[in-house]
Amino acid sequence: MALSNVKGIVPLLSKRIGLGLVTLWVISVLIFVGVEALPGDLAEAVLGQSATPETVEAFRKELKLDMAPHVRYFAWLGAFVRGDFGNSLANKRPVADLISWRFANSLFLAGVTAMIAVPVAVLLGILAALYRNTLFDRLISIATLSTISFPEFFVAYILIALLSVQVAIFPSIANINEQMNFWQKLYAIFLPCLTLAMVVTAHMMRQTRAAIINILSSPFIEMANLKGLRRLRVVVRHAFPNALSPVINVIALNLAYLVVGVVIVEVVFVYPGLGQLLVDSVSKRDIPVVQASGLIFAATYVLLNLLADVLSIVSNPRLRNPR
Amino acid sequence: MKEALNKLEGLFEQGRLSRRAFIKSAAALGVTATLSPVLMPSPVYADAPKRGGRLRLGLNGGATSDTLDPGIQLAMMPQTLVYGASGNSLVEIDADGQPVPELAESWESTPDAKKWVFKLRRGVEFHDGKSMDADDVIYSLNWHRKEGTKSAAKALVESIVSMKKEDKYTIAFEMKSGNADFPYTLSDYHLVVGPKDTDLSKGIFTGAYVIKDFEPGVRAFATRNPNYFKSDRAWFDEIEILGISDVNARTNALKTGQIDVMNRCDLKTVHLFKRMPGIQVMRQDGFKHFTFAMRTDTAPYDNNDVRLALKYAVDREQLVKTILRGYGRVGNDHPISVANRYHAGELPQRQYDPDKAKFHLKKAGLSSTTFKFHAAEAAFKGAVDAGVLYREQAAKAGITIDVVREPNDGYWSNVWMKKPWCAVFWGGRSTEDMMFSTAYAKGAAWNDTYWDNKRFNELLVTARAELDEKKRRGMYEEMQRLVRDEGGVVVPMFSADLAASSDKIGHGKLAANWELDGFRAPERWWFKS
Repeated sequence: MALSNVKGIVPLLSKRIGLGLVTLWVISVLIFVGVEALPGDLAEAVLGQSATPETVEAFRKELKLDMAPHVRYFAWLGAFVRGDFGNSLANKRPVADLISWRFANSLFLAGVTAMIAVPVAVLLGILAALYRNTLFDRLISIATLSTISFPEFFVAYILIALLSVQVAIFPSIANINEQMNFWQKLYAIFLPCLTLAMVVTAHMMRQTRAAIINILSSPFIEMANLKGLRRLRVVVRHAFPNALSPVINVIALNLAYLVVGVVIVEVVFVYPGLGQLLVDSVSKRDIPVVQASGLIFAATYVLLNLLADVLSIVSNPRLRNPR
Repeated sequence: MKEALNKLEGLFEQGRLSRRAFIKSAAALGVTATLSPVLMPSPVYADAPKRGGRLRLGLNGGATSDTLDPGIQLAMMPQTLVYGASGNSLVEIDADGQPVPELAESWESTPDAKKWVFKLRRGVEFHDGKSMDADDVIYSLNWHRKEGTKSAAKALVESIVSMKKEDKYTIAFEMKSGNADFPYTLSDYHLVVGPKDTDLSKGIFTGAYVIKDFEPGVRAFATRNPNYFKSDRAWFDEIEILGISDVNARTNALKTGQIDVMNRCDLKTVHLFKRMPGIQVMRQDGFKHFTFAMRTDTAPYDNNDVRLALKYAVDREQLVKTILRGYGRVGNDHPISVANRYHAGELPQRQYDPDKAKFHLKKAGLSSTTFKFHAAEAAFKGAVDAGVLYREQAAKAGITIDVVREPNDGYWSNVWMKKPWCAVFWGGRSTEDMMFSTAYAKGAAWNDTYWDNKRFNELLVTARAELDEKKRRGMYEEMQRLVRDEGGVVVPMFSADLAASSDKIGHGKLAANWELDGFRAPERWWFKS
């Protein structure tokens, strides 16, 4: 069983990784062209109102911004392929230093959120399918759909108002730093985690419910019912494994969102993640930083999608042996 | 004797006299026993500066692209860190806006204010242990003067022709032309002193706190410099600065006690904030102002009647009330604030007068013209709304204004100084000369109205070198009148700075030159016991 699983996957994996690399390269070109197309350059953006023609000129010269765009792009690409992410143009720090700890923070927040949100969503989805069209089903649908319908910052402010201003149990800012230990960090990020969990749960929960209900109308479920199996057993043992593949895809999408799309939550809770860095760098036209963070975001999507496909195939023998 | 004592007490209470100086003077009068006990150092006095604690500031105005380079200090977070906590300039501006010695001990000039001699303080040490002398000061000033510098302070030090080290602690400056305000220039927050032959962006200075950790836009951490040369400052043990760009996040963090000080309160909710127990809101009426700059070299704004028409067509009171929620003052079409030394208080306030606006527009023969006003939130918060209000006010005078909303991104490079009429933010300057030479003198890099007034330009040079207070005042008042009546700017309002802190924070009189007590909150404030 295990061997046959691997057999179908290896060629697919290598093909997908190859395609992923091409995707990343295309994205790097798009990012570069995009940032170049924005009006102004780093020298003007950084100096802002206090720019004079002379200082801007000096700045450009120092940063080699006076060279042609394609020369700069290939210089960057060459270094990148060799594993050198370059330095931030704005503050000269190595991009790797700027990004690594922020990315770790982003992963930490996403990871903790996923640990809470994924089991809750799947469980709620199964329960909703099990008790479909009952008051219980309607209630969790309404609750989760309401939280997803409010904008994130609204949910965030409500949680702050309730849980850190009215009843002071959790901190309103989650500015974790190295001086904190793991538990202090967990405590600090409670509110952003809760906000994000509320936002992503609905999507995964609805998908789980829909997929299971879809399966529940198939003949083999009818057979199981006719055999006299208990409903819980039918749903969990017979329907759920067959509904996994769409559920996994939605979970992967949501995980990717948790890593790359949480700028607003980062701002509201002052969380030092990658999103804020990307926004700052775009507004300052700091191309090496934009490139590196853009590529990390893209790679996150590519990898999670790949993982989702692999897991779908593993969970579904029919996909493993395409006819 | 009693009188002298009262005067001393008064000065101390207003914060014009440091506690140390007060006690010294009182002791000189031989009257310490009769003093009001609250003014004497004793544990009874709750407000007496006390050492200890970590000051946590949550500040707006930090970006991941910030650096510690003193030449490129563009936002509140690095400014508070570099100038406010860890660096010193030669001269400091005190709470009354007067230049007082900092790294310099004293200074004097020739009668034409062309040559200045600065004596430096002895025994000052850098954070790396090296002691400071004239070479370090010259090196640090040259940081902004050298070939290919990208320092924003370049224009400030350009007028220095030469700097000569006379001895280890004496520097002679020669200026291009007389500059009576030179000590003010040297107080600028860019001009902090670092050790010779070191990259100044390493953050090694002479100030109250030693930078231990700086993550641009996120967090800065500094600890007290045990060898700091001022004994009556630097009360906190540690300083932590957090970049919090969202005003609600700052407010919540202060409310919940996660920070002690925040800058830039939300104007919409500050009245509620004031009522909260445990919070104090601090207002500073400084130099910050907003202008609507017209290019006087471009039609139709090259016609002074058009400019006057537009100046009469704005209801300043309403703008202050709506855009600033009352936290500001009306402007009088010149950039000199009431906090400046030579503010022309007798100059009549320009009023909203649709009839006069109509008259001037008619005189210019442009009654049917549409004036395009370019604005974006990047210019200042509420700039677009201000434009829309202005459009309605001007409509009553028969003037058609079209408010063009520009993108925030790249506003300063693509709109400002390019479009003929746009909204502008000015932090203001502590002296009339700096303000006028920066933005109103002919050929100045940021003369955004492209104004060229012969009389004004002459006065600017004469006033700069004039050491006689009275004559100088007369000239600056005339210049304010010239800008008001012939210049290219509508100055509708001066904006106040609002900061808030926990009421455990103690402070003296607040300096108005920059936000947060002239950026110096970390150095000047303390925790009450």
